[in-house]
Amino acid sequence: MAPDKPRKIYGLAAEFSDVAVITEAAKAIREAGYRRWDVYSPFPIHGIEKAMGIGKSWLSAVVLLGGLGGVLTAFLLQNIPSILLYPTIVDAKPVTLSTQPAFVNIMFELMVIFGASSAVFGMLLFNRLPRFYHPMFNWDHFDKVFDDGLFIAIDASDEKYSEAETRELLAKLGGTHITIVHD
Amino acid sequence: MSETLTAEQKVIRPPLLNGGHGFKWVSENVSGIIQGKTPIWWWILFFICAPIGGAGMSLLVYQVSTGVGVWGENQPVGWGWDITCFVFWVGIAHAGTLISALLLLTRQKWRTGIGRAAEATTVFALMCGAVYPAVHIGRVWFAWYLAPIPNQYGMWPNFRSALLWDVFAVNAYLSVSAMFWLMGMIPDFATLKTRTSSPWMRRVYHILSCGWTGSAKNWRHYEMAALCLSGLSVALVFAVSSTVSFDFSTSVIPGWHTTIFPPYFVIGAIFAGMCMVLTIFIPLRAAYPQLKDIITLAHVDRMAKLLLMAALLVDYVYTSEFFMAYYGGNPYERHLFLSRYFPEYGPLWFYGRFMLFCNLFLPQLLWIRPIRKNLLLLFIICQFGTVGMWFERFVIIVPPITEDFLPSSWHIYHPTWVEVGTFAGTLGLFFTLVLLFIRFIPIVSIAELKGALPQADPHGEHKTQLTIP
Repeated sequence: MAPDKPRKIYGLAAEFSDVAVITEAAKAIREAGYRRWDVYSPFPIHGIEKAMGIGKSWLSAVVLLGGLGGVLTAFLLQNIPSILLYPTIVDAKPVTLSTQPAFVNIMFELMVIFGASSAVFGMLLFNRLPRFYHPMFNWDHFDKVFDDGLFIAIDASDEKYSEAETRELLAKLGGTHITIVHD
Repeated sequence: MSETLTAEQKVIRPPLLNGGHGFKWVSENVSGIIQGKTPIWWWILFFICAPIGGAGMSLLVYQVSTGVGVWGENQPVGWGWDITCFVFWVGIAHAGTLISALLLLTRQKWRTGIGRAAEATTVFALMCGAVYPAVHIGRVWFAWYLAPIPNQYGMWPNFRSALLWDVFAVNAYLSVSAMFWLMGMIPDFATLKTRTSSPWMRRVYHILSCGWTGSAKNWRHYEMAALCLSGLSVALVFAVSSTVSFDFSTSVIPGWHTTIFPPYFVIGAIFAGMCMVLTIFIPLRAAYPQLKDIITLAHVDRMAKLLLMAALLVDYVYTSEFFMAYYGGNPYERHLFLSRYFPEYGPLWFYGRFMLFCNLFLPQLLWIRPIRKNLLLLFIICQFGTVGMWFERFVIIVPPITEDFLPSSWHIYHPTWVEVGTFAGTLGLFFTLVLLFIRFIPIVSIAELKGALPQADPHGEHKTQLTIP
């Protein structure tokens, strides 16, 4: 790669002073028609999904499926050995469909393990983590996001992106430190 | 509706963080605990706890290599200190889940300052409890029989055994609370990354934080994951001690065979856990003065009230159990309950009386506000509560089996030095892990605490700041 080759532009990022300002800004950016952009903050901002128009997380559905999978696994895990592979007859009582209450406990435990694992690993998968490279890390100022910085970055690949207009919009909404972030 | 109310008419909640500090203060002070110099007291405590833990764990090697006979269990008492300590540790674990999960579901924001450390006690107490189940079976190399693993013998475990339910319950609890705890650290490791000056530590924290960017799209899934995990954990916290209690209540031994056991064990667990959480927080506040603004006296007061509530429920169970022994008309059960408290009926009366002193009498002092505010007294009450809960486990487990159905085999049980040493070892292990936690992991969830500050509220309400001394 030639050293003087211009680096690819990831987008335009700006810092905002407080939560109310950034929420308003997010609303305005959504209304301006931008699609590919994101808000970065040190903590989850209450109601920002609504302002950004990104809807609620469907991770809960994954957790539900995981939990049901756990119940099913436990059902099979207990019944297949106890009925088919190694019929366990305790006090002359074989395992049948009517002795299932004794199996409820392990069904519950596996539901919790499977549900919790799908919550954690689903979260990582949905967020595509661990991902050790992100263009925003190229911006020196970005470390502040883990302290008290609130940022918005608009992706250069967005259809509405134009350096001058986007910069003007961010400035109008109260953005400071407006910077081009390279990929 | 809120527009029609004046500032005075709104309910003013005590602040979650005293002193009106901002985000920067939180990052600086919480990561300052890790990135500052290791204090002398830390080294002193570490060199006390770690050798005790190490020596106690090496007693397990002695037990396994010599045989389970080095413990004092024999017919008819097959469960002594080992299962007492196991149930005790599983109980200690419960407060952490209660604080982090139940209070998250009920949107009690005051939990943000104390959740992380309370979850740490959960994970560490479970690690200590997990020492026992595999080892107490005597021949640990057969412990894999407990797991449903296809094997060349074509054997499978009996899934209708309460002991097997226990294996699943404790494993579920340990893995779910560890996942919950570790997931909560992801954004905090990102904060630590930006505050370290060493490029190597920066890389380590970058990896630990999974490359977290704090993007709103990520936070949305992250918050949903936390919500689902806490919902599952709340169910789990009630299920685990219930399952542990099935080990006893599904048997036919008088004193074990009762339906009150599941709630009894859960409530006792919450009481014991609250005692342990306060045991850790009160000295922690003294050691790190900056934490006094995060773990405020209001927090301590609330935890003391929760402790009192748990104690009252425990007392209710004691009373109802005693009443049922009288009213149920089973002479064996009646004898057992009398032998717990009266020397005429058996040699183990002291355990029952001391249990009542610690868990029934002493916590009543918490009705008095000045005692709740007096941290030293509260600390002492908590110590007695922890010890009292150990006694409760002992009273539940041991007396019923010292006198089985054949009077000629009645036998009193005494622990050996190996059992006492192993328990001391688990205590050493627990406090060693707590010390390592204080030194290497943010003891307060930085991101969560910031999110609960008034500055983080986009609607700008709750701006009124009160400072509670």
